[in-house]
Amino acid sequence: MSELTADNLHLWRGDLHVLRGLSFSLSQGQCLQVIGANGAGKSSLLRALCGLLPLESGTVRWRGQDARSDLPAFQRQLAWLAHGAGLKADLTPIENLRYAVGMRRHGNDSAIAGALDQLQLDRDSQRRLVRQLSAGQQRRVGLARVLLLQCPLWILDEPTSNLDEAGQQLFADCLQQHLSTGGAAIIATHQLLGLQGTQPTPLELH
Amino acid sequence: MDITSPGRAAALLIRRDLRLAMRKGGEWLQPLLFFLVVTTLFPLALDPQLSRLRDIAPAALWVGALLSSLLALDLLFREDGADGTLEQLVLSGVPLAWLLLAKTAVHWLLTGLPLVLMAPLVSTALGAPYAAMPGMLAALLLGSVALSLVGAIGAGLMLNVRRGGALLALLVLPLATPVLIFGARATSMAIAQQAYDAPLYLLAAITVLAATLAPLAAAAAVRIGIE
Amino acid sequence: MSWVWFHKLGSPPHFYRIAGRWVRWLAWPAVLLGAYGLIGGLAIAPADYQQGEGYRIVYVHAPAAWLSLMIYTTMAVSAAVGLIWRMNVAHAVAASCATIGASFTVLALATGSLWGKPMWGTYWEWDPRLTSELLLLFLYLGYIGLRSAIEDIPRADRASAVLAIVGVVNVPIIHYSVVWWNSLHQVASVMKLDRPSMPTSMLLPLLSMFLAATLLFVALMLTRARGEVLRRERTARWIGEALQQESA
Repeated sequence: MSELTADNLHLWRGDLHVLRGLSFSLSQGQCLQVIGANGAGKSSLLRALCGLLPLESGTVRWRGQDARSDLPAFQRQLAWLAHGAGLKADLTPIENLRYAVGMRRHGNDSAIAGALDQLQLDRDSQRRLVRQLSAGQQRRVGLARVLLLQCPLWILDEPTSNLDEAGQQLFADCLQQHLSTGGAAIIATHQLLGLQGTQPTPLELH
Repeated sequence: MDITSPGRAAALLIRRDLRLAMRKGGEWLQPLLFFLVVTTLFPLALDPQLSRLRDIAPAALWVGALLSSLLALDLLFREDGADGTLEQLVLSGVPLAWLLLAKTAVHWLLTGLPLVLMAPLVSTALGAPYAAMPGMLAALLLGSVALSLVGAIGAGLMLNVRRGGALLALLVLPLATPVLIFGARATSMAIAQQAYDAPLYLLAAITVLAATLAPLAAAAAVRIGIE
Repeated sequence: MSWVWFHKLGSPPHFYRIAGRWVRWLAWPAVLLGAYGLIGGLAIAPADYQQGEGYRIVYVHAPAAWLSLMIYTTMAVSAAVGLIWRMNVAHAVAASCATIGASFTVLALATGSLWGKPMWGTYWEWDPRLTSELLLLFLYLGYIGLRSAIEDIPRADRASAVLAIVGVVNVPIIHYSVVWWNSLHQVASVMKLDRPSMPTSMLLPLLSMFLAATLLFVALMLTRARGEVLRRERTARWIGEALQQESA
């Protein structure tokens, strides 16, 4: 059974017909890798799936139901990671995550610290303001947020940008774990995801 | 997986915004300083006789409050829009209008309430009698809340609009004129020691209307703004 | 009640054709009624016993003022329809109303000011009606400004729709507050049109002007709307056919 199906999506950005009748389906444990040249519409597709951009036509179904019929319920099931950090620069990673997780469900500090440890952000940095962290470290905090939300659907835009090799491997491990426990993911990235076993399904945009 | 209630989500958002404001400090003082500067301009533009200033005190206070709240609107959504946390708010699953009401409440606490607290000082400097204080404070309290609420709509519409300039003022000021009219009238009646309940009730009605409807409009505006 | 006509009108090619036909049917009556109204009002109707000849400007001022408000409401309603039902045609109609409405507002202000000169001795008194008109002009200018500041047309449509809806809710509040503000100073509004009885020779040309102005607005608006619909339409196929039909 498909978790997510997109049917005949049309999206315009200004005068550009970015998505022309795009259709795809995503099952549990599957990862969709969106590829395409710069400006092909990868970010637009992802944002449209989240419900941040209005689609001209087409339907998005989540677990059989039209996502648009109860958009907040659908949005609660997904974790969105944008190009940017999605974090407040003047809070520490821990404060950011306490807020981000708390908006969705009851979190606890040990889980937060655990996630940051899993992404190998040292204890010192966990207590510094996000503004004082490097771009790669900020990305790790963003990924920790995705982990902590515990959502079945991950929609990630360039999740490995600014990450060094070790960071990319960590991300691959997290993704692997997410997929093997029945999660699904749609990821826009040029880089090889480095997954063991099932390879991501490519979705190419022109 | 237990879902956070809207009340708890709003509380988290309020706490976060307050913490951020404390860390940024200076920026949030600017609207208040602007208010003080603008109200100082009026006596400079006229003459320092308190008897004459008393006549224009309501106008100076309210125009100053209006312009200050306009300036303060920049602090409401701009940063959240820039760092991507605003779209996370939209995706949180909690009703956006409710969350924006919470954000506006914090914004008012930091930019509107200080004006109200400084008003006795400013109005005395403009020749208003002490007896006028209760009426004036009540009017400014209600009016500043209404201005923050209506301003949030304008701030939402101006998200990611490049050629902004004075457009925000053009959008918000006409919508704010009823608040100005009733608020300034209540203040001047209070100064003249007349009964000021009529304009005050009307102002309260506007504020209540704004509190119920403005967040909905602001939510619609924000959703369009982050596209 | 069948909503088929509503949905048909929402279809851009259909709207484009129908609007084209209507413009022709509306323009001529507008001109004729306007001619009758102007001649009847400016030349034939008797002078007002209170205001003399100066009142004649009401034949232009009153329709302009009424229309400025009616157009704003039309703009807000069609913007709301466009926002809720996601109809490009409705957004096109709203966009077309803006400049026309602003122009009528300026006309109302100018004629009101001209009327004031012989009546009050000055070109401007903060009369409640004129002050409301001025604020309405600012609302129009804000709407036009917001539209032009957003480059992406669908986004401009949606954002300005929110603004128009907020504006139209505010218009009665603004008007009431201005009237209230003014009542304390008793600036006599000489622009009373609610007199017990208006002789037919005065009334008929006035009504004729109202009707003429309304028809003119619809004709102008539909003409602009056709252009706006073309700007918003994505599939070019029907455009090619429609333009061919026109030139034929």
